[in-house]
Amino acid sequence: MHPAPSVIIFTSLSGLGFGLLFWLGIGYPEVYGMSAFGMFFVAYALAVGGLLASTAHLGNPKNAIHAFSQWRTSWLSREGIASVVTLLLMAVYAIGMVFLGQRFQILGWIGAALSMFTVFTTSMIYAQLKTVPRWNMRLTSVMFLTYAVAGGALLAGQISIAVVLLLVLTLVQFAVWQAGDKRFREAGHTIETATGLGNLGKVRLLEPPHTSPNYLMKEMVFTVGRKHSRKLRMIAGVSLGLLPVILLYALPFNPISAALAVAFHVLGLFAARWLFFAEAEHVVGLYYDKR
Amino acid sequence: MTALPQTTQKKLGLVIDLDICVGCHACVTNCKEWNTSNYGAPLSDVDAYGAEPMGTFLNRIHTYEVKQEGCNAQTVHFPKSCLHCDDAPCVTVCPTGASYKREEDGIVLVNEDRCMGCGLCAWACPYGARELDQLAGVMKKCTLCVDRIYNENLPEEDRVPACVRTCPAGARHFGDFADPDSNVSRLSAERGGMELMPEQGTKPVNRYLPPRPKTDIGGENKIDILAPFLEPVVNEEATQDQPGGFLGWLDKALEKI
Repeated sequence: MHPAPSVIIFTSLSGLGFGLLFWLGIGYPEVYGMSAFGMFFVAYALAVGGLLASTAHLGNPKNAIHAFSQWRTSWLSREGIASVVTLLLMAVYAIGMVFLGQRFQILGWIGAALSMFTVFTTSMIYAQLKTVPRWNMRLTSVMFLTYAVAGGALLAGQISIAVVLLLVLTLVQFAVWQAGDKRFREAGHTIETATGLGNLGKVRLLEPPHTSPNYLMKEMVFTVGRKHSRKLRMIAGVSLGLLPVILLYALPFNPISAALAVAFHVLGLFAARWLFFAEAEHVVGLYYDKR
Repeated sequence: MTALPQTTQKKLGLVIDLDICVGCHACVTNCKEWNTSNYGAPLSDVDAYGAEPMGTFLNRIHTYEVKQEGCNAQTVHFPKSCLHCDDAPCVTVCPTGASYKREEDGIVLVNEDRCMGCGLCAWACPYGARELDQLAGVMKKCTLCVDRIYNENLPEEDRVPACVRTCPAGARHFGDFADPDSNVSRLSAERGGMELMPEQGTKPVNRYLPPRPKTDIGGENKIDILAPFLEPVVNEEATQDQPGGFLGWLDKALEKI
């Protein structure tokens, strides 16, 4: 799949934002006034920024308002509704903490649950697609949720729990790569099942239907850059969890090492998310004898 | 709503005969011509005369080579367009309600006035049947020429999809799969009409007729009308000095003169 910057930024940043909202919702840290304002500002900037970035992916954004209508069948629609409801509800909670010096605890808990539900709906946009076997597994949702909770804990300054969650996240990410590598073969799709010609022999593409890449190939048969996937996996795997943990634990706590830990985590997140798209193989590639 | 209808009254679709298709691309051309000038946004081309032309097409022809060990390879031309699936994943993923499957005839369509061009339906389709138009920014797909098949302003013989009407080889057939006595149902039953990628569970309506078995000219049933006459000379053992086959016969015949 084409790793479009808009969807990478969307899933990465909104995941971090809703992850931070989750921790603020359950009261870790329990901050008021200006420090609460700072925290909520970061969370909203990430969540809203991510959601806005996703609109750059649209061919016809003037119809985007209709995207809130199909919650009964569409995960993308559910994602849109869940994110708006969460942001509105958490805004009331944030007003309480920033301006009124009060914590509406129940509102916070509901908001935290909704934040996680929003991340889950984001994950299901990808995990529901049978056409992309690498994404089409439960682990995809587990991964998105772990990213949000771990990244959120890091941003919320919950260092002791963040350290544990970042290590768990690293394990989950490697498990996703392991499982994902086998998914296409497990799903059993081949050029023979795609064309139905398997009983006649071995099938190969003799002549493609068009002379240069079309929308389908640019969007779904993205093969460029996979050759560096091993190196990128190592970079992502080390910097999203291990480096931040070393920075937080080995060095005496100071703002610079904390900022560096966040920077490494975000770098790892972006690298891993780039791979999430770039390595994903769509079954339509079979018709082009490509993966 | 992008919920799929429980059942559809008709199941309109195509039968594509892979035995007959010669890969001339006439159906591709006529599809583009009809659909660029009728329903919805035109099918745009980008850099049409440049180094890397790219355009929106609702029908594409791939050409495959199929080869079995020990046999000759055969060429199969393979037209591919929307299969109007009963369990169409492209419809249910649509967040705006632009994609829908018609209850009356099973045709899967896009309402371009609602489509926001997110492309998720194209991701959900295993067959590559949907293409996002690069100029209009909305999703385009085969409409089964819904603006022809019910169009009373057209002569009756033209009330079939453009691809079917234009196919010079008769490789494409249009009809109602819900009716077991229809032309398409009978053709599909007789010739073992197949679904594409059935393991995706999309329940496609369109059926593909597999190529008929070819005479294997390399195998045991080889057709060679001269073979019996040449048998006496062919069977003699050939050596480097004494060639076999036709050359051997020629050698001997000249020797006798």
